[in-house]
Amino acid sequence: MNTDSATRITPGNALRPEDIAASDAKAPEAVAEYALRLGDDALILAQRLGWWVARAPELEEDIALSNIALDLLGHARSFLTYAGTAWDKTEDDLAYWRGEEEYRSAHIVEQENGDFAKTIARQLVVSFFQYELYTAMLSSKDETLAAIAAKAVKEVDYHRDHSAQWVLRLGQGTEESRTRMIRALELTWPYVGELFEDDDLVRSLDGIAVAPSTLRATFDEKVGAVLAEAELEVPEVQPAPGGGRRGEHSEYLGYILAELQVLARQHPGATW
Amino acid sequence: MATQTELYAVPAQQDDDAAGQAAFDAVIADDSRIEPRDWMPEGYRKTLVRQVSQHAHSEIIGMQPEANWITRAPSLKRKAILLAKVQDEAGHGLYLYSAAETLGTPREKMTEDLIAGKARYSSIFNYPTRSWADMGAIGWLVDGAAICNQVPLCRASYGPYGRAMVRICKEESFHQRQGFEILLELANGTEAQKQMAQDAINRWYAPALMMFGPPDDDSPNSRQSMAWNIKRFSNDELRQRFVGMIYEQVKVLGLTLPDDQIRFNEETGKWEHGPLDWNEFKEVLAGRGPCNSQRLARRREAHENGAWVREAAAAYAAKQARKTEVA
Repeated sequence: MNTDSATRITPGNALRPEDIAASDAKAPEAVAEYALRLGDDALILAQRLGWWVARAPELEEDIALSNIALDLLGHARSFLTYAGTAWDKTEDDLAYWRGEEEYRSAHIVEQENGDFAKTIARQLVVSFFQYELYTAMLSSKDETLAAIAAKAVKEVDYHRDHSAQWVLRLGQGTEESRTRMIRALELTWPYVGELFEDDDLVRSLDGIAVAPSTLRATFDEKVGAVLAEAELEVPEVQPAPGGGRRGEHSEYLGYILAELQVLARQHPGATW
Repeated sequence: MATQTELYAVPAQQDDDAAGQAAFDAVIADDSRIEPRDWMPEGYRKTLVRQVSQHAHSEIIGMQPEANWITRAPSLKRKAILLAKVQDEAGHGLYLYSAAETLGTPREKMTEDLIAGKARYSSIFNYPTRSWADMGAIGWLVDGAAICNQVPLCRASYGPYGRAMVRICKEESFHQRQGFEILLELANGTEAQKQMAQDAINRWYAPALMMFGPPDDDSPNSRQSMAWNIKRFSNDELRQRFVGMIYEQVKVLGLTLPDDQIRFNEETGKWEHGPLDWNEFKEVLAGRGPCNSQRLARRREAHENGAWVREAAAAYAAKQARKTEVA
């Protein structure tokens, strides 16, 4: 795990959504469909984490959680900007004007924040998943996807560290924190499986998309190691069916989008 | 009598230390800086703890009215900017609590005082953010007023406070510019957007002017603070300077300030503005503003809901320390 200087990321060299919009990169439609999944996961989780601002257990956590949200929002903007090039749409067209069934987020990012332990359990899964995903995407034949992944993977590495450090503290802290952490893992684990499902779209993008099933073993090993160090176990729970990649979402997404989109939709055609 | 501070890093001192007082007076006369381990009069320490902690509380409570729009920001770019801005404010709060700790008061104590309703914070944050344009008006007017207040504080005689303000002012000036830019975009947008911007300016103008504090003839603590080189300009001086700035800037927006009495007085060389409702100011200060209860309740709730997390972190740290001892 990387815990060295926070200045490793040099914003001046990093790819910005504006750069993608200004470039002549144009995503083939299948790649755009794939980019929507990545962007939607990041956007919805950023939206969820945004709720914690001014509500975290400690000021340092207000900063950490909003920073993670900000990173995710940056990834979402890049993926959505790139996806939009296929249909002549902007990141905001895609974020604010798609309906629930047009979103491609996985159920795990839609889940409610719950208590701090539940938010951390969700962060543990998503950050370790995204780290393996973006690492594999570095060698994607699609240059834009590889470039977005190159920036994202460095940031997600910190998200991994943040969640793992908290799992250790909550798992081995007090009786209460341990009970809450165990419960949080149980509530989160039904939604893990969906992240690692391959489908026709991913199979059609050989060498471009990352087949999520190929990431599962490494994910299990690394997350398993964190849980073992915290003296916690991978919960044995029934998997939820998922379906987010096909537009079949949890009951929560409609509320999330209602809030995210309300102002933009009150002013069609306006710029901000 | 010896005064024991609550943090061991800060030295206890004798209040009647003639040599200490002489050294302190010399530093102030020289317009130089007092540092944490220097002798200082108890009144100076108390004044600073009050001012710096109030300032920290203002940053922390001030996160709430803006956090109100993070999930509803109308574009992803604006959402990112707003998130970053609110995050800056949490950082300012941390920085200022640390500066206050160098005076011997722990952060836990300041937090307890805040959620118990014993500490003050800037009244401006007890007003609601009803529209997106409020994000613009807060940046332009509220952060703008804060900068006018805070730039002179970079030269405050207490070293850690002055240095904290240098960094905070840099970020605040970004905040002000992004607020102005939000309003500029709205002012050049649809009729509804323009109206939203004007409405926000109308609501935030007077509360922003009152951020400088009561008029000079009704500001009991100002004189001593100025003598100690903590405060450099009076409330009214700063307010007048601010009015002059925004009077020019609002023209760029093509909008108006809700005050037809603003003028530059050639004789005094000062800007003048219409009367402010100081009764309203006192009401909000006394806890009867539109959002006082809500703001404190949310801070208290966050603190109480987070107790088990902080306890877990402390218990974990203690266990690790014991392991290290054994090893």
